[in-house]
Amino acid sequence: MNNSLGNISTIAKRELSAYFASPVAYVFIVIFLLLTGFFTFMVGGFFERNEANLVSFFLWHPWLYLFLVPAVGMRVWSEERRQGTIELLMTMPITPWQAIMGKFLASWAFLALALLLTFPVVVTVKYLGNPDLGVVAGGYIGSFLLAGAYLAITCLTSALTRNQVIAFIISVVVCLFLILAGWPPVTNILTKVLPDNRWIVELVSAFSVMTHFEDFQRGVVDSRHLLFFLSVIGFSLFSTSVALRSLRS
Amino acid sequence: MIKVENLTKTFGPKVAVNDVSFTVARGEVLGFLGPNGAGKSTTMRMVTGFLPPTAGRVTIGTHDMLEDPVPAKRLIGYLPESAPCYSDMTVHGFLSFAAEIRGLRGDAIKTAVHRAVEMCFLENVLHQSVDTLSKGYRHRTCFAQSIIHDPEILVMDEPTDGLDPNQKHEIRQLIKRMGEKKAIIFSTHILEEVEAVCSRAIIIDRGTVVANGTPQELKRKAPNAGAILIRVNGVAAEAVTGKLRAVDGAERVQLVKDENGTVTARVFPKSSSNGEFGKAVGAAAQGWRVEELHIEEGKLDEYFRSITASDTAKK
Repeated sequence: MNNSLGNISTIAKRELSAYFASPVAYVFIVIFLLLTGFFTFMVGGFFERNEANLVSFFLWHPWLYLFLVPAVGMRVWSEERRQGTIELLMTMPITPWQAIMGKFLASWAFLALALLLTFPVVVTVKYLGNPDLGVVAGGYIGSFLLAGAYLAITCLTSALTRNQVIAFIISVVVCLFLILAGWPPVTNILTKVLPDNRWIVELVSAFSVMTHFEDFQRGVVDSRHLLFFLSVIGFSLFSTSVALRSLRS
Repeated sequence: MIKVENLTKTFGPKVAVNDVSFTVARGEVLGFLGPNGAGKSTTMRMVTGFLPPTAGRVTIGTHDMLEDPVPAKRLIGYLPESAPCYSDMTVHGFLSFAAEIRGLRGDAIKTAVHRAVEMCFLENVLHQSVDTLSKGYRHRTCFAQSIIHDPEILVMDEPTDGLDPNQKHEIRQLIKRMGEKKAIIFSTHILEEVEAVCSRAIIIDRGTVVANGTPQELKRKAPNAGAILIRVNGVAAEAVTGKLRAVDGAERVQLVKDENGTVTARVFPKSSSNGEFGKAVGAAAQGWRVEELHIEEGKLDEYFRSITASDTAKK
């Protein structure tokens, strides 16, 4: 057990250092912060709302992550395959599962760092008003889990191809589906088309990250939503291990 | 140390490796020969646990590679064919990572990296990023990675590919030295390398083992091995071949060259012939101006060509 944690952390350390060895990490963080700022204050109408909360901040996260998370995760396995280093990694005395976890956790930690660097938004709202910090924390937890779900999906698509661009595009499409399935404009159309089968609409929207992210934004950390995100992550990572195994046989 | 039994690998309808078996003991250096696409790399990938075999079994030390992969992999150092390295790391960072993932910690990492760097002559590029390295340095960096934990078993896929003659020599010496204490498999298509380094060689063609023996044994099986080559000046070619054909124990005579009055011919002995054959040829040559007369040792590449089918050869 101890050994396996050691292996995971060795992989994760290497993966994290790979992010910061190139400008990718810095470019990503700067763009992420600029975009969150722009959407929160300019598009989201933070000041016009005149409310001491971060609704206009978290509102945009599913859409921002849609492009930024696949950009972070697309190289995780495809680069390994393209360079041939997967042959080294898979002949090291570690299990594939340890490699998958190490890589995923490193990228997730990187996204968490980018997310934590948005703290000036919290400082601003705290300075201007008296926000409920519990609600803010709930939003952050939800946003972190959302990023993890997108990332796990990107890990899977990245394991399926040695081409990063293809991995990026497929992940965006899958994540877009997860957004749209519960996005009111889409669910409204579904309700109109299937007026007698509300359960289908509910089933589809239950797969959406929007449905599950909403409660977090209100500060509610519901175990059902927690379970949803964790099972998306678990399922995607398990599929990654299947994809990696089939690729070697 | 390495035991491979009836290893088979198919990719769809294509059989890449077919029923390959061999063993490598400690202190042995096994050379893996074969034309391109013969299944050398696929076999090595199965030995190192990268590819699962379709059928058959690989045992490393006492561990079965399929059932007990982690302890089995711990015993192996592996240099893959293209010598892949994480190009975003420095040489030092890459080797430290390799040492850590191999289970070394703290000072042991420093010692191991230092040792590998010294053995592979990497001091000059230690803090350089891998993607700025020349091919030779890249190759040696990956080589250093494979010996970082001083493994008992080394599997190397074309370890001297892409190196300059000096580096080739260094690496060969290194393999030979390490071969005294370890079990080593390496593939190559440079045949002189096999003679220089290997204690045993396997020739693989179209996925099956077609020859297995010491380089000397294999050389003896070459078509020209045991034949006597004679070069005579001032005698007509017909006279030379005619007289040689009459030698007791001669199977056939081959005229190699007839140029400017110098005739070169090769006499093949019957398989039953013995040491007397050389003397008989010598006696037949009495009275000729003999410039050269020797028993041919046989060449590994002749043997290689005689038993492997090349896709460039036209039948």
